[in-house]
Amino acid sequence: MADPENAKEATTLRYAFGNVLSFFILLLIGVLAFWIRLFSVIKYESVIHEFDPYFNYRVTQFLTKNGIYDFWNWFDDRTWYPLGRVIGGTVYPGLTLTAGTIWWILNSLNIPLSVETVCVFTAPIFSAFASWATYLLTKEVKGAGAGLTAAALLAMVPSYISRSVAGSYDNEAVAIFALIFTFYLYIKTLNTGSLFYATLNALAYFYMVCSWGGYTFIINLIPMHVLLCIVTGRYSSRLYIAYAPLVVLGTLLAALVPVVGFNAVMTSEHFASFLVFIIIHVVAFVYYIKGILSPKMFKVAVTLVVSVGLVVCCAVMAILIALVASSPTKGWSGRSLSLLDPTYASKYIPIIASVSEHQPPTWPSYFMDINVLAFLVPAGIIACFLPLSDASSFVVLYIVTSVYFSGVMVRLMLVLAPAACVMSGIALSESFSVFTRSIKFQLHGLSGSSQVDSGDASSSTVVAQNDAGKAEKTEDTAKERPSKKSKKKEKGIVDKPSLKAKIERRLLVLPFEASIFAILLLVLLGAFYVVHCVWAAAEAYSAPSIVLTSYSHDGGLHVFDDFREAYAWLSHNTEVDDKVASWWDYGYQTTAMANRTVIVDNNTWNNTHIATVGTAMSSPEKAAWEIFNSLDVKYVLVVFGGLVGYPSDDINKFLWMVRIGGGVFPHIKEPDYLRDGQYRIDSQATPTMLNCLMYKLSYYRFVETDGRGFDRVRQTEIGKKNFKLTHFEEVFTTHHWMVRIYKLKPPRNRIRGKTKKPRSQKTSSTTRTKRSAATKRNPWH
Amino acid sequence: MEALLGARLTLALSIFAFLSLLTTSFSQQIQILNAERRIDLTSHIVKVFLTLKVENTGTAPANEVLLAFPPTQVDHLAVVKAKAATGRRKKRTYITLDVKPTELPDAPNGAKYFIISLLNPLNSGETATLEVLYMLTHSLEPFPAEISQSEPQLVYYHDSAIILSPYLIKQQTTFIKTPTSKVESFTRVEPTNRVSTELKYGPYEDRTPYSFSPIIVHFENNNPFAVVEELVREVEISHWGNLQITEHYKLVHAGARHKGVFSRVEYQSRPSHSGISSFKHLLARLPPRVHSVYYRDEIGNISSSHLRTDYRKSELEIEPRYPLFGGWKATFVIGYGLPLQDFLFESSDGKRYLNFSFGCPLAETVVDKLTIKVVLPEGSKDPSIVVPFPVEQHLETKYSYLDVVGRTVLVLEKKNVVPEHNSPFQVYYTFNQMFVLAEPLMLVSAFFFFFVACVAYLHIDLSIHKPSQHFAKF
Repeated sequence: MADPENAKEATTLRYAFGNVLSFFILLLIGVLAFWIRLFSVIKYESVIHEFDPYFNYRVTQFLTKNGIYDFWNWFDDRTWYPLGRVIGGTVYPGLTLTAGTIWWILNSLNIPLSVETVCVFTAPIFSAFASWATYLLTKEVKGAGAGLTAAALLAMVPSYISRSVAGSYDNEAVAIFALIFTFYLYIKTLNTGSLFYATLNALAYFYMVCSWGGYTFIINLIPMHVLLCIVTGRYSSRLYIAYAPLVVLGTLLAALVPVVGFNAVMTSEHFASFLVFIIIHVVAFVYYIKGILSPKMFKVAVTLVVSVGLVVCCAVMAILIALVASSPTKGWSGRSLSLLDPTYASKYIPIIASVSEHQPPTWPSYFMDINVLAFLVPAGIIACFLPLSDASSFVVLYIVTSVYFSGVMVRLMLVLAPAACVMSGIALSESFSVFTRSIKFQLHGLSGSSQVDSGDASSSTVVAQNDAGKAEKTEDTAKERPSKKSKKKEKGIVDKPSLKAKIERRLLVLPFEASIFAILLLVLLGAFYVVHCVWAAAEAYSAPSIVLTSYSHDGGLHVFDDFREAYAWLSHNTEVDDKVASWWDYGYQTTAMANRTVIVDNNTWNNTHIATVGTAMSSPEKAAWEIFNSLDVKYVLVVFGGLVGYPSDDINKFLWMVRIGGGVFPHIKEPDYLRDGQYRIDSQATPTMLNCLMYKLSYYRFVETDGRGFDRVRQTEIGKKNFKLTHFEEVFTTHHWMVRIYKLKPPRNRIRGKTKKPRSQKTSSTTRTKRSAATKRNPWH
Repeated sequence: MEALLGARLTLALSIFAFLSLLTTSFSQQIQILNAERRIDLTSHIVKVFLTLKVENTGTAPANEVLLAFPPTQVDHLAVVKAKAATGRRKKRTYITLDVKPTELPDAPNGAKYFIISLLNPLNSGETATLEVLYMLTHSLEPFPAEISQSEPQLVYYHDSAIILSPYLIKQQTTFIKTPTSKVESFTRVEPTNRVSTELKYGPYEDRTPYSFSPIIVHFENNNPFAVVEELVREVEISHWGNLQITEHYKLVHAGARHKGVFSRVEYQSRPSHSGISSFKHLLARLPPRVHSVYYRDEIGNISSSHLRTDYRKSELEIEPRYPLFGGWKATFVIGYGLPLQDFLFESSDGKRYLNFSFGCPLAETVVDKLTIKVVLPEGSKDPSIVVPFPVEQHLETKYSYLDVVGRTVLVLEKKNVVPEHNSPFQVYYTFNQMFVLAEPLMLVSAFFFFFVACVAYLHIDLSIHKPSQHFAKF
């Protein structure tokens, strides 16, 4: 301390040490993010999860087998029979291309991993990347300490884990990384004004566009922030560099993605960015004029421009409004509209409302998904205002908007999670910094106070550095991160040593005991968070949903592998070109696992087609047979949980079949299926319900299992117990009855009718009338 | 040169002898005093035990005995083995004899022949006892060809009541053993009688060569007709101490095709009546000390399997995802690791050899096409193979973890494989132990150069414009 040279060397050494330490902490955070997501592999197996990942897996298989050009041109004739689907043009290719590239690199190094393995582990790998990106973003906002805390929080935030466990091979897995990284590069550009980062930002944005439809969040949030900066008088050339290249390059690049194409300039989701683009240019121009004109001349110019500009603006606005108004949905797609008006979907689009992840979340789900972060976020917001910079105002804006969106759809909780982690990271880091500083001050108050008082700026910083170093040692037992943070904080003060800051620092000192107690509480809070996250990763979010397990009374594990049993049966024991009809939930799995053509799948792009299947399922047997036959369907697959008590089966989804079917074909009326406003299958059920195809296929011969037909999901005895199928025959039922597959019986032979002509005069006429009635019901005629 | 000449000479001589044999006709020279045939129809692999008492009635010593088969049987013939019995009663010993397929120009109705080479030439007037075992696959024809879930499986077996032979047979009897006493019908060729599960044809006396009397037995056989259409076994040798085996199965139930509905409720509630010809379990016999066993298919792990290990053998009981009814198929993969020292040995000439079992580990199954790929470690040379029966073979190259030159793969292919083929085969190769270290060294050097590059990058200043020495102010 006496020798300034020595002290300098010590500080540089400590910086080097700090860098290495933070590097290793980051590495460990990455490892943590990866490992915490492997519960699903350890508890179950290395397998693709749920529904959408199966489609992505299938696309990746196609990509690795046939190459990129065939992938772009892929017309898939195995789904949406007879319409088919242009996969290359309707899919966000980011995830698929990423996994395909990883697979290709590994295979060119002669590491023979299967496509499935690569797909399973893509999400954990990218969550490690995402936590590193969070570090970078938060570091730009509030320094490295906050960055490390935020990265550690994000590595295990349950909301993100739910979408990125090993096997959850979905767009969000890579998109969250792309989202955070884009934000980081935006902030980085904003802080440095470097065109290099601006270009990288556009590229990151391009990757995001490739990966997920959620890119519209970026292209609306960044303009909002730019506008906020302009309005609050924070316009600078750095802001211009951060924004203008992003819009130009980003839009051009986004238009390259087939699924976006001209939507990047045509739909209203993108209009905000163009509007702000114009505004920022006007502002930039004004600043430029202001710089070259004298104040008097400037006033004249302003009045001139404003009057002309108003006229032009009005004209442009009028044209824009006319354009937007001319399109049917006012230029907004249904999903985006439901973002703005949470009740929109349930009112107008049952198919969106039928997906559980499109429902608004409940309060417990916030606690489940972001846990203690919910309490830390407000503190983080306050910390962001002390002092408010461009970067911190961006994070504040980010958290505010994402809180709104997460309130609309459960699914968008995922966008909230990184923001909450950044905020909580800042909050934790700042509060640790305050408390540790107080402790330090108290500890050294006796010995070093005179020096601090008398010393000039440089010596006081040296003291601060040393204090930081000592704090590091004392705090080793608690945690390393906060100490690093405090050091960085000190560093920030070193850069701008101002009298005000010093005074502030002095004022922020808390009592010694209170600080220790508060640190203990914070550590406890962190521990609670960790315990919750590990529990969520291990128990709540690791089930692959195609394999179910239950524990018997003696502790033995019972596996319900019925879905794969049925898909394997279909794939080995039916013809390759047979068409399988099922509710759309199972479409992706059927194409991927059984390799059979399906009528509808989880893509849900054609409401009419889904309504057709819904109509068939809610029609009586004969009418359903005719609908299915007209679609060349050979097998019908239903999921039935009544025997083992699997709740998300087709009977529980039946209301959506009726609702979606009835939405397009009015002869399906929901009240026909309801008794006392409920879908019932017991003896109180309506006759329409008891005669519809879904009821019959689910409960066919069910009564023979226990003698009375007790449905364990609905907890009742079924209404109609003994019945026969006339147009369908059971060809396969899985071990626990969870999947039942029926075959359409071939139509009756006509020759028989001819030979018995005289006798069947009467009956044939009745059948004819019946048939004509049935054909009317069939939407395909 | 001399050896070659000698070989040619013997060849010429043998051809001459062969031709002379033909001209003089075998039946003149050899006759069969007594023939007893036992046909075992209990499983879907037909096993025939033939005991022949052969006498040389000619003047010249006989070296060979011919077996004749109708052309329909030859296609399904999986194994023909012959043993010579010597000694009497309790001291009886058996010596395995060489059996080879052969062609004869004047075979009646396209009959095919196998030639048994005797160890000692049979002098005139001498007799010898031969035990012949042959197995037929796909020889039980389901009739009716399609059955429903509740019906038992009935099959036809076609054969001849009289043994097809190029020799005169003095006396012969045929016993046919059926799995149950439920025999729908059988052709009578007097004297014929049936006692519970056994049908007896004969004895017939003095049948001339090539006598044939077709018979059909129609009986119930509910044993699993498990047929592996294609089996690819990959045996990968790692000199780090592990032998990794991966087996890809394409399984089919080759019995009467399943017709109409499959009712789970009937299958579960009445297991003894419903789907009795179907099967849901298979037993794989694996070598002892097996580890890391997995059983999966292309869509993931199949949870229904049990492994029992003891010091002599391991038994893996597997259940396909669904019970297999007639005509239903399933594919799956079984993989396991074995300690290398149990299977890899060093021969006296410094070569290493792998001693591993051929055939399919599944009990009582027929493999239509078996491919065994032996993946030798990278850098091994001069592969050669010793198999106790003829197989097709060729070489391939496989690239696995971080390979540069690739691993040599010996590919053996054989059609129509039955459990009798589960006999050991040997693969010889030379391998330098240093190659074991190639891949770790490669990795180490790659990381080393990476770190060197990092260090170099951190110490190189690539900026064009040097900012004035700001840090001096510090």
